[in-house]
Amino acid sequence: MAKIKLSEKKIQELKDVCKTFHNDKGELINILHKAQSLFGYLPAELQEVIAKELNVSVAHVYGVVTFYSFFTMQPKGKHPVSICLGTACYVRGSEKVLEEFKRQLNIQVGQTTADGKFSLSCLRCVGACGLAPVVLVGEKVYGRVAPDGVSDIIAEYNI
Amino acid sequence: MARQIRIALRNCGVIDPERIEDYIARDGYMALAKVLTELSPEAVIEIIKKSGLRGRGGGGFPAGMKWEITRKVQADQKYVVCNADEGDPGAFMDRSILEGDPHAVLEAMTINGYCTGASKGLIYIRAEYPLAVERLKTAMSQSRETGLLGNDILGTGFNFDIDIRYGAGAFVCGEETALIHSMEGLRGEPTVKPPFPSVEGYLKKPTNVNNVETFANVPVIINKGWEWFSSIGTERSKGTKVFALAGKINNVGLVEVPMGTTLREVIYEIGGGIQGGKEFKAAQTGGPSGGCLTKKHLDTPIDYDNLIAAGSMMGSGGLIVMDEDDCMVAIAKFYLGFTVEESCGKCSPCRIGNKRLFELLEKITQGNGTMEDIDKLRNLSTVIKDTSLCGLGQSSPNPVLSTIENFMEEYHEHVKDKKCRSKVCKSLMQYLVVPEKCIGCTLCARNCPVNAISGERKQAHLIDQEKCIKCGACMEKCKFNAIIIN
Repeated sequence: MAKIKLSEKKIQELKDVCKTFHNDKGELINILHKAQSLFGYLPAELQEVIAKELNVSVAHVYGVVTFYSFFTMQPKGKHPVSICLGTACYVRGSEKVLEEFKRQLNIQVGQTTADGKFSLSCLRCVGACGLAPVVLVGEKVYGRVAPDGVSDIIAEYNI
Repeated sequence: MARQIRIALRNCGVIDPERIEDYIARDGYMALAKVLTELSPEAVIEIIKKSGLRGRGGGGFPAGMKWEITRKVQADQKYVVCNADEGDPGAFMDRSILEGDPHAVLEAMTINGYCTGASKGLIYIRAEYPLAVERLKTAMSQSRETGLLGNDILGTGFNFDIDIRYGAGAFVCGEETALIHSMEGLRGEPTVKPPFPSVEGYLKKPTNVNNVETFANVPVIINKGWEWFSSIGTERSKGTKVFALAGKINNVGLVEVPMGTTLREVIYEIGGGIQGGKEFKAAQTGGPSGGCLTKKHLDTPIDYDNLIAAGSMMGSGGLIVMDEDDCMVAIAKFYLGFTVEESCGKCSPCRIGNKRLFELLEKITQGNGTMEDIDKLRNLSTVIKDTSLCGLGQSSPNPVLSTIENFMEEYHEHVKDKKCRSKVCKSLMQYLVVPEKCIGCTLCARNCPVNAISGERKQAHLIDQEKCIKCGACMEKCKFNAIIIN
């Protein structure tokens, strides 16, 4: 994985986050949530800073980051597209919707388009089963999405 | 909706969840006041025990007994935890309660703190539920301002406060020992029980873990009495259960029915029947840990014990309805796919066993299965159930066992006839043009994403089976119903 260099300012921001949680290792998950909302993702360099601040090993932080599906070490697209593959969405055809997104964006799940605009991921149930199948773009929820509605959704963001 | 009784959902959609006054006007915090001023902790535990309330998160452990165990352990600090990690796909009852009636959960947790001797409560909630988090935070600050949370609650000298902890997307964290590790900032891996969290939990202190819906029942039981509560339901399952109806059903949404209501009543009377008038095939309860109920179970009263006897389980209450278009082998594979992804990897039966189950199912859905594979599925499932460390692995083969049990003929068709009657398993189907019906309009050929359709204008077309990716676009576009699935 390519190394990135965090600026001094960013590192300070991160240290401040740790401090608001009293550098307590029991708060690691809360700190990671905060860090990911600040930086968009959790690259290795960032994990090193957190490990040092909380006085735990980098392996410990990495172990937690990789355990939870909410945390990502890859930068997401400007408009992250998530397709719900929960049971209710599945029986109402979300797999076909996913296939259509893959085809139209020409990326696989977990990837980001070359222009950085869209990334594609799957999630398991947002609790909106009444609207199945459900697609999320950023925080906007699209309900009852059919494969032929996919191009309209993409077009909304492709300006 | 005559068959519904709303206890856990009593306030959802009725009150403004962001106004504590609304909650109080509907007898909110009356139970807490009664408990703190009139009843001893033992007396409250006795009420909960007698009510017959069982854990609504899945297992159905008697709530009063859990409270009593936590109370009896001596410790300088104890904790109350609300499990709001509703990771079961297709279940959204806890989210609705947290968003629609957050004070009910806070009140019940405080009552639990009084009973068990805990001064600190923690709500472990999914990061995927931002609105529920906001509502909880609003409710907590209102309660603190009103003197219903914090130090010296209602002037009785009792101290109790609540904090929120976030999940980060791991299904296994619904298991209580895994949940506790996650709250401690660790990987959410389960540990062997005993010791149970009631004895040794969060930070090694006695911790009472109950789920959202269980808590939501508590204030009503105190207010209306255990006699009233235990008069609802069946002999060993008291009260009501909230189900999240989803799938191929007309009325999607939450329903709260007395324990012992039949599946037929839930699906046909409350749920309005199957979408498009199709035929009911199965209802899946208990999510990835549960199994399928079929036509023969339609008149079985739903309660904890009957569901287990039917090879499923209550789970958190997701109830997903399937019709004739759903392939049960593919459904089993779908659930196993989920388990494989969510298995934490700590114990090998779950980590490796489920992967093998998934591969066997994949082999069958691709048309390469043998009868021997079905036996293998059965044997391996039993081994995984018997040897896994936690509830996830101990129940993950249930969808396989229950579909084999109830839909053996579908497995046979996949293996022997290489056919999928529901036309779901792509490897087992072929899209064909019916030459008599095809007028050669070329619409299908123009819409085929892989150019697998050839034919002259005004002549019958042909699909190249080698190239066809079975996307179904041609069939959708054809105006003459000239394309069929074989």
